[in-house]
Amino acid sequence: MVKVGPGGLRRIRRTVQFAALFIANGYWPGLGRAEIYSGPAKGVCVPFLNCYSCPAALFACPLGSIQSLLAAARTLSVYVGGMMLAAGFAVGRLFCGWLCPFGLLQDALALPRARQVRIPRWIRAFKYVLLALVIVLPVAWVSAGVGVPFYCKFFCPAGTLEGGLVLVLGRPEIRVNIGWLFAWKVAVLALFLGLMPFVYRVFCRTACPLGAFYGLFNQVSLWRVERDRGRCKSCGSCEEICPVGVPVTKNPNHTECIRCLECTKACPYGALVFTVMEARNHKVKLEL
Amino acid sequence: MKRLGSRWLPWMGFAAGLLLMAAGIARGEFIAVLYKASRICLECIGIG
Repeated sequence: MVKVGPGGLRRIRRTVQFAALFIANGYWPGLGRAEIYSGPAKGVCVPFLNCYSCPAALFACPLGSIQSLLAAARTLSVYVGGMMLAAGFAVGRLFCGWLCPFGLLQDALALPRARQVRIPRWIRAFKYVLLALVIVLPVAWVSAGVGVPFYCKFFCPAGTLEGGLVLVLGRPEIRVNIGWLFAWKVAVLALFLGLMPFVYRVFCRTACPLGAFYGLFNQVSLWRVERDRGRCKSCGSCEEICPVGVPVTKNPNHTECIRCLECTKACPYGALVFTVMEARNHKVKLEL
Repeated sequence: MKRLGSRWLPWMGFAAGLLLMAAGIARGEFIAVLYKASRICLECIGIG
């Protein structure tokens, strides 16, 4: 078996991220015509953020779907919720690190120094507030008889980039309808784009409700990072390489971990492995 | 440090997720998602 180091793993991850980008957004004719795909695959939710109003999108976004069903029918979708639950219990936040196209954009824009920037806990906690609002507001905030898909409408920068901007540029009849709301959303997108080179995964760490949800499962997912206490010398190599500031030696399955798995390759003693959960008693720490 | 789960929790959670997915599909939510995702939702992209 060929051994890869952290750099090799990063290249493999980048390849997988690009593959996910092109598979999830494989409707190329849609980009040229600014028309969205409406075939049967659109009923399938991918487990990561991918705006279904993007003309190239082949699948549905779980956040958009869960909000629009809450807004229209006042019912929490067990189909989308079940998918998110199964995905979270399977691999936790692995989707953020390996599949999410908006995560790929953030990786591509990040300067090397961005990996050293730490974000205060109270700012990181903002994504949990957004997660709660994603569920509450489409039911509680009703306008003209239907609920408001709050996150998509007022916040999601991925939707603005993948859906909003492409449609506004490609469709004159949509362009004439833009107003203050669209300007606000472009400002939110610009804020995150401006921060991305300087703070690694700034959106994932502060404002992604889906990442917040999956992060809650990092500790209890089937596949997780296991630390061999016998081998670990607490040298700190894992914490040094971690791009999101996880205290790996204390809690390798921290809620902030996006499972890039570079720590498992950086450990000189082979003390960290990403594997199916240990069958023996397992202590769980839920640290936000 | 809190003990939140046993070795069965991930398996039970994963199975519950799959069952919920199947239940959702059975009650027509796949079609509902397909319907919503196949149309441009102006409100959803901050235009409407």
